[in-house]
Amino acid sequence: MAELFAYIPHNAGIAEDIAMEYPEAAKKMDAGAALTAVVTGSGADLDKVANAMADIYASVIKIDNEALAYPNAEVIRKALVNVLPADAIVLLPHNTLGMDLAPGLSIKMDSAFVADVVDIDGCDGKTLNVVRQELGGAVSTHVSCDVSTGAVVTVRGGAFAPVEGSAAGGTVVDKSADAGDLAAKRRFIEVVAAEVGDVDITKSDLLVSIGRGIEEEENISVAQDLAEAMGAVVSCSRPIVDAKWLEKSRQVGTSGQTVKPKVYMALGISGSFQHMGGVKGNPYIVAINKNPKAPIFQVADVGIVADILEFMPELTDAISG
Amino acid sequence: MEILVCVKRVPDTAENEFELNSAGNDLDRDDLVYSVNEWDNYAVEEAIQIVDKVGGNVTVVTVGDDESEEVLRREMAMGANNGILLSDDAFEGSDGKGIATILKAEVEKGNYDLILTGAQADEGAGQVGGMLAAMLDYPYASLVNKLEVLGDATIKVGREIEGGNQEMNEMDLPCVLSIQTGINEPRYVGIRGIRKVAKLDIPVKGAADLGLDASTVGEDGAKVKRVDYFVPDMGDGAEMLEGSTDEIIAQLIERIKSKGGLA
Repeated sequence: MAELFAYIPHNAGIAEDIAMEYPEAAKKMDAGAALTAVVTGSGADLDKVANAMADIYASVIKIDNEALAYPNAEVIRKALVNVLPADAIVLLPHNTLGMDLAPGLSIKMDSAFVADVVDIDGCDGKTLNVVRQELGGAVSTHVSCDVSTGAVVTVRGGAFAPVEGSAAGGTVVDKSADAGDLAAKRRFIEVVAAEVGDVDITKSDLLVSIGRGIEEEENISVAQDLAEAMGAVVSCSRPIVDAKWLEKSRQVGTSGQTVKPKVYMALGISGSFQHMGGVKGNPYIVAINKNPKAPIFQVADVGIVADILEFMPELTDAISG
Repeated sequence: MEILVCVKRVPDTAENEFELNSAGNDLDRDDLVYSVNEWDNYAVEEAIQIVDKVGGNVTVVTVGDDESEEVLRREMAMGANNGILLSDDAFEGSDGKGIATILKAEVEKGNYDLILTGAQADEGAGQVGGMLAAMLDYPYASLVNKLEVLGDATIKVGREIEGGNQEMNEMDLPCVLSIQTGINEPRYVGIRGIRKVAKLDIPVKGAADLGLDASTVGEDGAKVKRVDYFVPDMGDGAEMLEGSTDEIIAQLIERIKSKGGLA
């Protein structure tokens, strides 16, 4: 099997959690394959993350350039194409950076691309066998991938068990000189921070969280009544914010807020991984959904198959009564 | 501005409960309800709004079979000017790269300033837009939730990144963008709107029309292949409460109390 490379995303020198999860994914591909961490960035932040990775990975490549100070996918892509061997198998995160970077990287490296891998069944010669999900997590698929000319694989965060930090004593190799021309047709301007809402859902121990099952904007008040009776705060999944029924600051998920309540009531929420990625701290999860096959029932502690529009008022009455 | 929007006909996740077929290797497709991929409606709406402001045309394109024509017509009822169906037996079994290869051939027959896709579709890969951009050597931005035309040669785009933050970029045209839900409020399309566009001509193009080598697309060209569908064993899952509504509510309140969620 070709050599494996893991692209390490970091924020100001602190590696994201996925850095600890790649080794398990690599081991499931081929227990004997060499795995090299690749970090890009600039200056002290880059050195910090490169040194931290040397405690986990036996070998680390760093690419230092001012153009890489902010993770602009087009610039990173150019650097990786120039530095990595043509038949490399490259692991990236399936997040907003990976979605920006990975598909184009696979074209420029003329390699196979498989996105959002949740499990790996090993390599059979030049065929990599992986597990993905489709249709919002409603079904899983086995996927085979011809890696004879290399591959770009994006890995779902949290899908592979993290390694414990150990002193690997790895070496850091500086490949900055090989990065090549990094001029880009897309130029980063700034990050606009999320708006602060009237309520901070991240501070609440009890969330009444609503999704598509609320059906109509008028029904939001039914959830608000329940939340009031319970002493809870109303949060929501993405479709509710897309429809502009609640403000963005109430959205739970990887593209919204990360919450750590004691009890999370998921009402009419299907339970996509992007949504559940915002629910941390191992809360007690209550799922109420009229679809008995909703993925939320796989991650919830307690489930009820019911139409939330009928169930919520009854629960409100029972608690208020 | 000439805008191409790539759309897809997909099983509707809001309308279906997905089951496996009797062989257990594919979805039971007999009664599936299909519709246009949700993200694509936002892309088409954005394209229409841009053309309303700066002039130009919106063309919608899809790779699919005869039945995919209905999603093109739906997007034309929204206000897209033209529709193109890319259809050929040789396209069947294409992986993401195959689809991008087919779309690239069509892009090169036009003169588009801007190419939009949905941020993802039924397979959840979010791959075709980024691949198409790289093949064309156009700049690309994924998960776009704000778009502003700055002039003939540049646009400003906001990308959704983690934590509800937004990354602002300036990009050269032509470019490819994948559009995230929430960027706008897609207009409603009624039966009457669909009837109005029912007779409009939608050209159908195959591999030969596009000058494509059939071995680079379809199953022959695919390095990535779906072997089967399955429902994973997720362990025990949730404890399901059953009984009368009163009984369920009593059990639920007791559990929430024990977990510190109710006083």
